[in-house]
Amino acid sequence: MNNFDHFYDSEERREVLSIIVINRDSVLSRIVDLFSARGYNIDSLTVAPIPNTDYSRITIITIGVARTIDQIVKQLNKLVPVLKVTEHKNVIEKDTVLIKIPLDQSLSDVDVLARAYNGAIQNVTENAIVVSATDEPKRIANFIKVIEKYNPIEIVRSGVVAMER
Amino acid sequence: MQISGSKMVIEALREENVDVVFGYPGGAIMNVYDEIYKQNHFQHILTKHEQAAVHAADSYARSSGKVGVAIVTSGPGFTNAVTGLATAYTDSIPMVVISGQVPTAVIGTDAFQEIDAVGISRSCTKHNFLVNDVKDLNRVLKIAFYLARSGRPGPVHIDLPKDVTANLGDFDYSKEWELPTYKPTIKGNPRQIKNALDHISRAQRPLFYIGGGAVLSNCYEDVRELVKLTKIPVVETLMARGVMRNDDEYLFGMLGMHGEYAANMAISETDMIICLGARFDDRVTGRLDVFAKKAHVVHVDIDPASIAKIIKPNYPIVGDLAIVTKQLLENAKDIEFNDYSAWHKTLKEYRKQEPLRFIEDSDRLKPQWAIQRTGELLGDKALISTDVGQHQMWTAQFYPFNYPRQFMTSGGLGTMGVGLPYAMGVKRANPDKISINFTGDGSIMMNIQEIITCTQYNLPVINIILNNNYLGMVRQWQTRFYEDRLAETVLDTQANFQMLAESMGGVGFKVHTKEEFDKALDEAVKSNKPAIIEVIVDRREEVLPMVPNGHSLNEMLLLEGDK
Repeated sequence: MNNFDHFYDSEERREVLSIIVINRDSVLSRIVDLFSARGYNIDSLTVAPIPNTDYSRITIITIGVARTIDQIVKQLNKLVPVLKVTEHKNVIEKDTVLIKIPLDQSLSDVDVLARAYNGAIQNVTENAIVVSATDEPKRIANFIKVIEKYNPIEIVRSGVVAMER
Repeated sequence: MQISGSKMVIEALREENVDVVFGYPGGAIMNVYDEIYKQNHFQHILTKHEQAAVHAADSYARSSGKVGVAIVTSGPGFTNAVTGLATAYTDSIPMVVISGQVPTAVIGTDAFQEIDAVGISRSCTKHNFLVNDVKDLNRVLKIAFYLARSGRPGPVHIDLPKDVTANLGDFDYSKEWELPTYKPTIKGNPRQIKNALDHISRAQRPLFYIGGGAVLSNCYEDVRELVKLTKIPVVETLMARGVMRNDDEYLFGMLGMHGEYAANMAISETDMIICLGARFDDRVTGRLDVFAKKAHVVHVDIDPASIAKIIKPNYPIVGDLAIVTKQLLENAKDIEFNDYSAWHKTLKEYRKQEPLRFIEDSDRLKPQWAIQRTGELLGDKALISTDVGQHQMWTAQFYPFNYPRQFMTSGGLGTMGVGLPYAMGVKRANPDKISINFTGDGSIMMNIQEIITCTQYNLPVINIILNNNYLGMVRQWQTRFYEDRLAETVLDTQANFQMLAESMGGVGFKVHTKEEFDKALDEAVKSNKPAIIEVIVDRREEVLPMVPNGHSLNEMLLLEGDK
């Protein structure tokens, strides 16, 4: 009768959460503390103010079974400065990466590669160039893999922002 | 007219009708204490340790239903208060704790007695504030009290830098502050309530499983009414003792690890759990994958996060239990419920088969006897606090609780050392009641210094130490699961409790027999002084029944012997 096995034993899934918070009482550390105190994962986290309001949007990507995700959403909602938590279902995700590549090699394909991932060369100095790309997180991961053959000096990712379609 | 931050604290407490504050002064909070000195609105009780101050405020809240208030200084003053905050947090007790902090200009410089207080209290409070500007203090004070008592109650911590308490600002406590991000759900979903009742009425073996929420939301009368109307049997959690009268024919006692046999069998065999303000704690459920396998579940709770955290209910109802029980009652009047008398009879059989009991011994006192006897002698006249351990479970089992807020115990966190400060807070809130603390020879030593606070403020609390010269609960586990290797649980070196009580202005008794116990209790009550009654009990007595860790609730270790 009380058979909720799917709820307890379901497979892990990736969840994109949008959390609207009021900018007060060290709200970001509350959210990060909640994840660490209860043993939840944070895969990616971005924060920025929402224009013309007192609120900020935090986008978190987390991985967990159905029951864990359910608890995360409820515990987040329970925090006093949290206005709303949305579990995204049909979402556009974007991630940005900056990659610095040394100039001591042939870089003839870099520009083409970057453009294939909606990117471009951002800066060139005597020693290195910086390329950037903005795309879906999976494609950004691919881009990083492809660019590895140039022995990049530094790779910086922004974390994911998301918007419901 | 502008007033100082310290004055704002006093004014806010006055507006909130606070009549007592427990606390301990220190450097960073001195401005506030200077204003406490000048005012005449509330009493300040100076404890001997900050931990006890917070526990006392906690039990003041538990026993009165009001918001408890404690004030401590920065650094060590605050860290001593943390156990008190955590204890109140796990049991959802409304409380406001104000701590001093170093001046804003030196925050972050590792100044003298500086610690990141809000960083520490974040995970053991409902909410906390570091007030950076006196302009924000009015709002914070008002919201802190509102947060503490509304929704799922809990402790709120305000960290107050010294310059903020000195600076001047505007103050108007009548001003309302918007909290757009905090809106607890109060009323239960009417359709869900109807559906749940419909299913309950068709169940064969329904069971009310009542938790501390029924105490916190002050709705015991409606709960009793609901039970009377539906004739559905009831089990209570540790936190709910007293919601039903002890002698109610539908009550089958406390469930869980040390629950009554009938209660654990009831929850194992029910086909419909109606959970009112409980949270399926691990000490209640035992092995989870076999817990209440046959049951559908209705779960009423004010905190959505409590619902489906452990057990996914068929009928989740988020709302204030006081409102939801009214809704349930209203709807239940039009419903014809099944006849549950066969089920009720089965549970009575279970109770007859394995009643809660202990086996008397002509040579020594049984700890359970002392509790039962106190119940016979004092009954409803006494409010009961406990520490944590065997005596706590025996008290939950054997004291005849007849009304809510009669029993103060650290349920969720299990904090040893709360008993004496709890009894103190209880006595302060209920001067006409007798305040008893059932404790052990281990627990009592954790806050023993507060006897002198009781003497100073004329709070005659009676500490009944069930002395078995062990840390009894751990000893019981060591005997059962560690082949009786008693690692650091033997307390052979002990204080002379009689002298200890007398040295701090109280009265002390040491008793070995029933006659001595009756006499000591009578004298302790009449003395009107803080008292210690040390009861020498059977050293090896165990708390039974017991569901060993990792077992299902119907796999209880039972007392062998006469019934």
